[in-house]
Amino acid sequence: MRRVKSFFGGIYPDDSKKSTAEAPIEVLQAPQTLVVSLLQHAGGEATPVVTKGDEILKGQLLAQANGAVSAPIHSPVSGTVVAIEPRAHACGSSVTAIVIENNGEDNWVEKNGHPDPVQLDAATIRQRIQEAGIVGMGGGGFPTALKLNPPKNTTIDYLIINGCECEPYLTADHRLMVEYPEEIILGAKLMAKASGAKRIIIGVEDNKPDAYEALKGHAGAIDVVSLPTKYPEGGEKQLIQALTGREVPSSGLPFQAGAIVQNVATAWAVAKALRDGEPSITRVVTVTGKPVVEPKNLLVSIGTPIENLLEAAGGFNGAVGKVVIGGPMMGGAQFNLEAPICKTLSGVVAFREEESATPAVLPCIKCARCVDVCPANLLPLRLEAFGMNEMWDEAQDYGALDCIECGCCTYICPSKRPLLQYIRLAKQEIIAKQKKPS
Amino acid sequence: MEDLKLIVAPSPHVRDTDSTEKIMLTVLIALLPVLGASIYLFRWDAVRLVLLSAAAAVATEAIFQRFRNKPISIGDGSALVTGVLLGLIVPPSLPSWMVILGSAFAIAIGKQVFGGLGQNPFNPALVGRAFLTASFASAMTSWTAPFDAVSTATPLVLGAARSNLPNLFFGAVAGSLGETSALAILVGGIYLFYKGALDYRIPVGILGTVVVMSLITGQDPVFHLLAGSVLFGAVFMATDPVTSPVTVRGRWIFGIGVGLIIMLIRVWGSYPDGVTFAILLMNAVTPLLNRWTRPRIYGQGVKANE
Repeated sequence: MRRVKSFFGGIYPDDSKKSTAEAPIEVLQAPQTLVVSLLQHAGGEATPVVTKGDEILKGQLLAQANGAVSAPIHSPVSGTVVAIEPRAHACGSSVTAIVIENNGEDNWVEKNGHPDPVQLDAATIRQRIQEAGIVGMGGGGFPTALKLNPPKNTTIDYLIINGCECEPYLTADHRLMVEYPEEIILGAKLMAKASGAKRIIIGVEDNKPDAYEALKGHAGAIDVVSLPTKYPEGGEKQLIQALTGREVPSSGLPFQAGAIVQNVATAWAVAKALRDGEPSITRVVTVTGKPVVEPKNLLVSIGTPIENLLEAAGGFNGAVGKVVIGGPMMGGAQFNLEAPICKTLSGVVAFREEESATPAVLPCIKCARCVDVCPANLLPLRLEAFGMNEMWDEAQDYGALDCIECGCCTYICPSKRPLLQYIRLAKQEIIAKQKKPS
Repeated sequence: MEDLKLIVAPSPHVRDTDSTEKIMLTVLIALLPVLGASIYLFRWDAVRLVLLSAAAAVATEAIFQRFRNKPISIGDGSALVTGVLLGLIVPPSLPSWMVILGSAFAIAIGKQVFGGLGQNPFNPALVGRAFLTASFASAMTSWTAPFDAVSTATPLVLGAARSNLPNLFFGAVAGSLGETSALAILVGGIYLFYKGALDYRIPVGILGTVVVMSLITGQDPVFHLLAGSVLFGAVFMATDPVTSPVTVRGRWIFGIGVGLIIMLIRVWGSYPDGVTFAILLMNAVTPLLNRWTRPRIYGQGVKANE
């Protein structure tokens, strides 16, 4: 195994993955009512092409991309559109959603697959990825086809497939790699062709040796690299640094470092779209946490409310304090269980009441642990102080906009200070100031 | 799933188990070998001075916060650490009222006037020692031999030629209560490092510079490492996070600076030791070091691939 460089900083939290790492992916039956959000990606809300009362088929287009940075949305079941209205969304506010009454018949639209999609040309692959509504399933939600089409005259040396899953608790990508390595490799090959990438590297953290072996078994000439388990190994910029030694320029994009990073779940979705002709209407979600009776990895229809996922995992045992969608480091805490699963959400993590209390905050003792762990090489304690004192210019000078919001600083702080919150505040203020003409 | 009262808070939702209170406790545990050695060597004087200093520090912090109508934070353990540290860096024969006064000064003027924990620019225990040295020069430089408390001179005054290196290492020499036993300090330092509460760069920077400067000035490097406050200062004083730099390069410069000033004072200055002032002087430039040694941010100064 070749030696790999690492990235700056990082933390080693308890990975809490044991309860689901060995649990095979189970298919969760689509519920009676699905809430398919129009915002499941970076960019503009998709524009509905169906109206209330329409009978629809599984896989049928529900909403089309709205602008260049956006993605179409398809129906995860066959049934009837019963409403198009604002509904709870994982982000915490309400977003327009297409509500579908499932007729339980799973009547598919005509699928446009290809027995050997690698034969297709780059432009066709990109077009089919776009039409299938595939977006970055690791959480970013950036439209995949757009990412695979960097500006002209850019050389893409590496297509990096991100199999790190560095967030604690989550095992959705892990199980996908163990159970669907063939699809992931096919998706990687398709995306490499679509982007003109010279090489494919798949990065897997070394706490998932079975995933590494499964991919290796199908990889052929593709480089599968085992990386040290360290959060945020799967951060786009950190993974590029660890695998290639290159850095993405400040306020730039990965293609400027000659790299494109795609999640393993995205690769799986690409393979399903091009080979089987199935658009992005399902994903694997880990339902876990101490209060969850039977933690599981579930293959879920997009639009399934998280309440259904938690029920499928046996519900709660004991007092629940917090329910987080996504991973515990970067995910959002929910105030109820209504939010539906979107393309970008890989986990539902519940915490016991005693795990959820906000700790008492002590003064900063300048121990600099936040400095040592920051993968962006920032001075989080200074940024926090600038944020608290509304010193936005200083915060900008100290690189607030280079913060990737991984949360390592807040995680490690022995005084339990909310560093990331103040850095986010500073970022918002700096961006607002930049937009405002002076 | 009815009647859920969910807490909404920003990410991250998991936290490290270490805490500032635990770090203070770790420092106190690391001081136990030193405390044990000082009690063995200097008997009741060690117990008397360390206890009084610790009690005075904690009481001063509580009284100060009470008068300022601030929450009393003696539970974080930082005042206790300052008190114990000051008790360990005074001569065994120091009168009780002096150590109480010095400890109160350390907390009140060295720490609380700046806003309390985390805000003080100078190491409070060293502020207390500097205050005592300036106010009671003779009491602060009256040394007694271990075990029998007979007046004697410290190794730094005697010089390398008249000192016994094994005694210096184990601590059977005259000196401040906690500073004579190099062995006990090293044990405590290794524990601190093992617990992640000590950045090795500062002590390595100090000790390395002391060795290099000793060789350059033709002195015995081992003697300079073991005599006086160098080891205790390098392990327990200069590494105080509040008053040392937060950047990696800053910590190296800080350590090297302390080592340089120690040797400048020892070789050419009028004080025999110089550790207190070396650390306080470098404390003063810590904000500047933090500003000058900002790390290169990921992606800054990086050109786009063509």
